[in-house]
Amino acid sequence: MPLQRSVAPILCVQPSRALVDEKFTVLVKNLPPGGPFTVRSLHLSEDNDYWEAYGHYVSNHQGELSVWDDLSFGGTYTGREPMGLLSSMRPIPGSRPGLRLRKKDVTTPMLVTISVYCGHEDYRDQTPLASVLTERWHMAPGVQRFPLQENTVRGTLFIPPGPGPFPGILDMWGGGGGLLEYRAALLASHGYVCLALEYFKPGEMTSANQEFSYFETAFNVIKDHPQVKTDRVGILGLSLGSAVTLNLATESSVVEPRCIVCVKRYACIPPPLSAFGSTPIGCYWFLLVVFDPRFPVKHDENNCEIWREMILPLLKDSSRKVKVEKLRCPMLCISGCDDQNWPAVESVDDVMETLRAVGKDHLLTRADYPDAGHLIEPPFTPHFRATNFIRGSTMEKVVMLWGGQTKPHSEAQEDSWRKILSFLQHNLYGNDHARSRL
Amino acid sequence: MDRTQCCVQLSVQPSRALVDERFVILVEKAPPGFQLSVRALHQCEDGHSWEAFGHYISDATGTVNVSQDLSLGGTYSGVEAMGLLCSLRPVPGSKPGLRMRKKDVQAPMMVTISVYQGHQVEGFVDQVPLASVVVERWYVAPGVRRIPITDHGLTGTLFLPPGPGPFPAVLDLWGGGGQLVEYRAALLASHGFAALALDYLTAKVIRETGKMVEDQYFETAYKELQKHPQIVSSRIAMIGLSFGTTMTLKMAIYSKVVKLRCAVCISGSHVQPIEKSVEEILSSFNDRADKTRINEENQVIWRDLLLPIPTDPSLKADVGSLQCPLLLVVGEDDQNWPTKESAEDIQEMMERAGNSHLLTVLSYPDTGHLIEPPYSSHTRTSNFKPVGTNQKVTVLWGGQMAAHARAQEDAWKKMLAFLRENLYGGRKASAATQSNL
Repeated sequence: MPLQRSVAPILCVQPSRALVDEKFTVLVKNLPPGGPFTVRSLHLSEDNDYWEAYGHYVSNHQGELSVWDDLSFGGTYTGREPMGLLSSMRPIPGSRPGLRLRKKDVTTPMLVTISVYCGHEDYRDQTPLASVLTERWHMAPGVQRFPLQENTVRGTLFIPPGPGPFPGILDMWGGGGGLLEYRAALLASHGYVCLALEYFKPGEMTSANQEFSYFETAFNVIKDHPQVKTDRVGILGLSLGSAVTLNLATESSVVEPRCIVCVKRYACIPPPLSAFGSTPIGCYWFLLVVFDPRFPVKHDENNCEIWREMILPLLKDSSRKVKVEKLRCPMLCISGCDDQNWPAVESVDDVMETLRAVGKDHLLTRADYPDAGHLIEPPFTPHFRATNFIRGSTMEKVVMLWGGQTKPHSEAQEDSWRKILSFLQHNLYGNDHARSRL
Repeated sequence: MDRTQCCVQLSVQPSRALVDERFVILVEKAPPGFQLSVRALHQCEDGHSWEAFGHYISDATGTVNVSQDLSLGGTYSGVEAMGLLCSLRPVPGSKPGLRMRKKDVQAPMMVTISVYQGHQVEGFVDQVPLASVVVERWYVAPGVRRIPITDHGLTGTLFLPPGPGPFPAVLDLWGGGGQLVEYRAALLASHGFAALALDYLTAKVIRETGKMVEDQYFETAYKELQKHPQIVSSRIAMIGLSFGTTMTLKMAIYSKVVKLRCAVCISGSHVQPIEKSVEEILSSFNDRADKTRINEENQVIWRDLLLPIPTDPSLKADVGSLQCPLLLVVGEDDQNWPTKESAEDIQEMMERAGNSHLLTVLSYPDTGHLIEPPYSSHTRTSNFKPVGTNQKVTVLWGGQMAAHARAQEDAWKKMLAFLRENLYGGRKASAATQSNL
């Protein structure tokens, strides 16, 4: 006769399947009352690295524990952090350094195992008391994904379910290059036709000669799509992508974005793209400008590169700045005050001044987040203070310091995403007479 | 209304959920006071299309909230958050007598929810909706494992919740149509119970030997659960619907091997010749086939076969000797089995025997025989071929859609609570807190 065993505690994550920007509750029941327990998340990334987060909790008199309501007394996060199990994730001890967690295949969910262990000591050798699996999706059901085949434009188009027509968004990432689909997939899940654009391959920034017209063509791919409202296309750019975004919004005679969102870099450097006319220009122009020998790259105590300081002086050089005064549409700027890669706040201050001088400051909405770093991503994704980066000009692998402290950075991600969605909703879905500064 | 101007937005939250979870459907940015139809469309695994729709009027802000607003007509009316699923029926022109049952439980049920201009009753397929979204309805939570069970002559499927366990377990039996029906067991595993869906009428061993199973078949299934390393051997329950109830009571009361922690009997009866084999019990029912009634619509009513409830104790399971809590789920409009009359007799027998503190009866007015997990469409009649016959008939199961839908939702909630209390709770707690709901 097998020994009588008591049943496992009941662990419940709701919802068990959700979009990556949705919150969940984690509830454990049937525990011994008033006992120490650790709730832990574990994820195996597409690169085969393990990521984890955990919090130390105490069960109540009914033997229950709620991550939504209760305080964590230690672990990768403390205090009341409903989403701490995702936003404080980091590679498990012994992992390769400088990792970053980014979903490549957006057609499958991110699988996270949530488990509860006894005690507050090292749980890694224990079998958990209970364990469940939760799915985090970038694509809502019915969203369609179309890699662009025939066009000269490289990227992936995401289309929401339904007949449309929908507003559209051109989505651009930064200096790391490559094709990143996850934010575009998420935006499509919120009702926008969205093009994730690749404008150079990772490490190929110097050789990729992207004309300004490449971006205009990309914008038109969206605008001319039968399911898109032609006068309701916006642009969202992060880092180098926001420099491109600002150029398109100020200099292009071909495209007219209805609104733009710039995360982390604006106004300055490189010189306006149109200055080069129609001759092909490589993105190396950015680096020629930036890697000015007068302002060498700095390093911190861990040998991470800090670019912030070398860019700051260039803000004063108007020949190196996009002519923001030519801005024709509402703009939302998201900045982290602890951005070590780009002097984001100083840049927005500069943009604000320029717009004010021409009476256009009503077009600008800014959100500055204290102690947040450069990589402000969709919410509930881990914070990366420093990660590996291939420096385009030299093809060197360096460790880039992005900045930010985990808790304020996570809060910035959550808040800024809400603001971005609200700004897009207002400008791209709203009525004409309602369009104004948020 | 100019389509290019229209910015109607439709959202269904959550877009991915278990089949027993509610959703909220929100239509926004319609013109105020605007007539709208919200429609659900589902293509089931055998290719048939099912639809449901409700008629709404947007409020002053141009919003319709299906959970809060009145449907003024359609396949359902009133405030019905889940009406678009509960009232799903085959699209006009479909074959008659269809029933929707998920076979592949590892893939979700996909439902397209759309909003149309005006109060439409037909022709949706020819129109372009104002907006449309897709929702996934799942029978399995992430991480639930599906394990076919074929050892020892069994035909079944075991569903295990994610995690190390150990878990309590449920042996899950359906009724006289036979087949291996997995969806309720899959759902139970998604709620933390190891669940074994067992085919006991059309199992491989029956097809091969031409003989019905004996008690030993169920006892073998029980022992398989007991010896599983992730199952707590002392915490096993049985759940049976229709003829599955007959088997559940047989095991719970008479088996020397099966020791249930609790039992759930849905739409069934205790009327059965005792100490007889499965085959003999089935024959005894068939012997009374002359009591079959056919109504004006040519639908078969079988509830009289077991009536009147016998007084002879050898003709009904001795519920007075039950030693575990029993939950009975009764549809008062059950046209297939005399569930209500049986429940009354069971109550009486247990009161006389002094063990009625173990009994809970959930009795629902205007509710039919097929009491399924919530938010599945109500089947009032359908084509049916009972095991061992070659006749396909149209059976009247009974129930009125709205009342039946509410009964499914309420019964499921209470069934899960009953199972949790008895299978996850302490033994003392379960006996002491049993009461008649």
